[in-house]
Amino acid sequence: MVDLTVDIGSLRLANPVMPASGTFAHELAQVFDVDRLGALVIKTVTADKRIGNPTPRVAEVPGGMLNSIGIPCKGPEHFLAETVPLYRAFNAPLVASISANTPDEFAKLCEMVSVPGVSAIEVNISCPNIEDDGRAFAMRPEPTLAVMRKLRAASDLPLWAKLTPNAGEIQEVAQAAEAGGADALVVANTILAMSIDITTRKPSLGKVMGGLSGPAVKPIILRMAYQCARSVTIPVIGCGGIMNAEDAIEYMLAGCSAVQVGTATFIHPSAMLDVIAGIEAWCAQNGVARVSDIVGDLAEAGDEGARNWGADMVTEKPKAGKAGAINWEGVA
Amino acid sequence: MQAVHAVPPQPDSLPVLEERAEILRHEAVNGEYRLMQVAAPDQAQRARAGQFFHLLCPQDDALKPFFRRPMSIYAIDAQGGRISFLYKVTGTGTKALAKLGIGERLDMLGPLGIGFSLPPDEAPGRKTPIVILARGVGLATLAPLVGLARGAGHDVTAILSARSPDLLMSVEETRAAGAQAITITDSQGNSDTGHVAALLDDLHAKGRMGALYTCGSNRLLKLAQEHAARHGLFGEVAMEQQMACGLGMCFCCVRAFREGDATVHRRVCCEGPVFPLEEALGW
Repeated sequence: MVDLTVDIGSLRLANPVMPASGTFAHELAQVFDVDRLGALVIKTVTADKRIGNPTPRVAEVPGGMLNSIGIPCKGPEHFLAETVPLYRAFNAPLVASISANTPDEFAKLCEMVSVPGVSAIEVNISCPNIEDDGRAFAMRPEPTLAVMRKLRAASDLPLWAKLTPNAGEIQEVAQAAEAGGADALVVANTILAMSIDITTRKPSLGKVMGGLSGPAVKPIILRMAYQCARSVTIPVIGCGGIMNAEDAIEYMLAGCSAVQVGTATFIHPSAMLDVIAGIEAWCAQNGVARVSDIVGDLAEAGDEGARNWGADMVTEKPKAGKAGAINWEGVA
Repeated sequence: MQAVHAVPPQPDSLPVLEERAEILRHEAVNGEYRLMQVAAPDQAQRARAGQFFHLLCPQDDALKPFFRRPMSIYAIDAQGGRISFLYKVTGTGTKALAKLGIGERLDMLGPLGIGFSLPPDEAPGRKTPIVILARGVGLATLAPLVGLARGAGHDVTAILSARSPDLLMSVEETRAAGAQAITITDSQGNSDTGHVAALLDDLHAKGRMGALYTCGSNRLLKLAQEHAARHGLFGEVAMEQQMACGLGMCFCCVRAFREGDATVHRRVCCEGPVFPLEEALGW
C-alpha cells in the first residue's frame, strides 16, 4: 500500500493530483467521482464581471492547444453565493483561483473569497496588472513581491502563487513570491503563443494570441519547475503538459510536491484518475512507500564515466595549416 | 496517450460515459457524407435526440487531431444498443474518423448536452404538428427528432434542403417514420428563402405548422425565427460550435443569445446544443 498523501504547506492532500484552473468544474462529476482527486482547483474568479474573449477561443497545434478564453466570470458575489455552496457536496479540498487588475483589487478579492469551504487560494498573478502598463505581475520579481505582500495581509488561507512561464528569470519571480508570503508555487501558466490559418490568413484565435498548453510545453515547464524548486523552500506544484503518470512522476522527481493536470482532461475526462493510479503503480513497482519521498529525488546527471567531465582531458591545440584544424575552429 | 488510456469502470449512476464502441457499419452515403454505426449499449440507453457524442478521432502518421470532435446523433437504437452518425469529411478530425474500419473501436464520450423537447399540446388532447427545416449537416442532427415526435403522436413535416438531389439524405427514412418529406435543392432552384417562406406559409395555413425546428443554416434559422415570431410558435434550433472539453468546463464553445434585452454567452456543449429558437442570434 503506497502512501499517496502530500503536504502543500499546512494543507494535506490525499494524493498529489489535481486539476489545473480553467480545465475543471463540477460538470466533471458527471464522468467520475471527483472526490478521488487530491484537490479541486476551480476556474479563476475576477473582481469584475467579464464576458470573455471573442471566438474562436481554442485552436489545435501539433502536440497541444492554444486558448484565449479570457476568464468569463460572473463576479465574486456569484462565486460566494453559488459556487462555494455547490462544492459543499464534495469532500476534496476546494482551491479557489483569483485574479485582478491591480494589487489593491487583488487583495480585496482575496479577502472576500477567504471563506469557510475554501481550503486554499491560488492567486493567478500571471494576469496583466493595469497599473504596470498591462504587464503580468509575475513577469518580474518586484511587482510579484508587492502583490504577494498585499495578498498575504488579506488572508489567513494558504496562498498558491501561479507563475507565468513568459517571465525571463522565473527563479527570481519564484523567490519574490516566497518572500511575499506565498505558501506554494504553481509552475506554470500557459506559454504565450499564436498560430495562423494560411488558407484564410486569419489568426487561429479570435484574440490573435493565446496560451499554449499540452504535451508540447512539458519539457519547457518541467525545466522551469525544476529551477523554481531549487530556488525556494516552499512546495512547488508542477503544471504543464502532464498527460499521464510518467509525466507527473517526472515533475515530482524534478522537485514538485504535487501536479496539476489540465489539457489531458479535455482528451480523456478521467485522465487524472489514470495519473493517480499510474503513480501508485510506479511507486509499488519501485519500492516507494510514500510518494512524497520521490519529490526532488533526481539522480545525478550524466554517464558514469563522464562525472569528471573535462577534469582529466588534455586539450590538444590544433596544428596550424591542417584542414582538420580549420574545421575544429569552425564548429567551436 | 491514446494507447495507454484505460477506460475506468463507471457506475450506472453517471450520466456521461466514455466507451470504446465497436464500428458496425461505416460507408459513404453520397459524394460527401458518411454513415457510421457503432455498438454502444449503455450510451444508446441514455442518448436522446439532439444530444451529441464527443469522439476521439484516431491519430496516425499523417493525421493528428488533438481534441475530440463533437458529433450529433443521427440515429438511436436503444434496444439494439446502437448509435449512428452521419458526417461530412471536412477537416483533420473527420478525415481521421473516415479511416476507421468495421470492427475497429472508437472512443466516445457521451451522451452530452441538452436534446430536443416537444411542444405542449395545441389543444387538450391534440398534439401540436411540427415542421422540421433542415439543410446540410443539420439533416443528421434533426433526423432523430422525426422518430421522437412521431412516437409521441405529432404530425411531422420535414423540409429537407441540399445543394443537389444526390446530396439529399434521410428522405426515405423520414417517410418510413410516417412524416411528410418535402425536398428542395439549389440545383433545382427551389431552395431559396422566398420558396421556403412560401412553403412555411402554406403549411401554417393548412394547420400543419404549430412548432418549428431547424439546424444547419443561418439563413433558414432567420427565416424560422421570423415565421415562429409571426405565428407565436414553439421552436428550437440546434447549434454548432468548436469545442474542447464538451462538458461545460472550458468555456470555449460559447455563442451569443438574446435573453430579454441583454445579449448573453451560452455554452453550446452543456446549455445546448438545442436552444429556444427565438433566443439564438445566428452567426
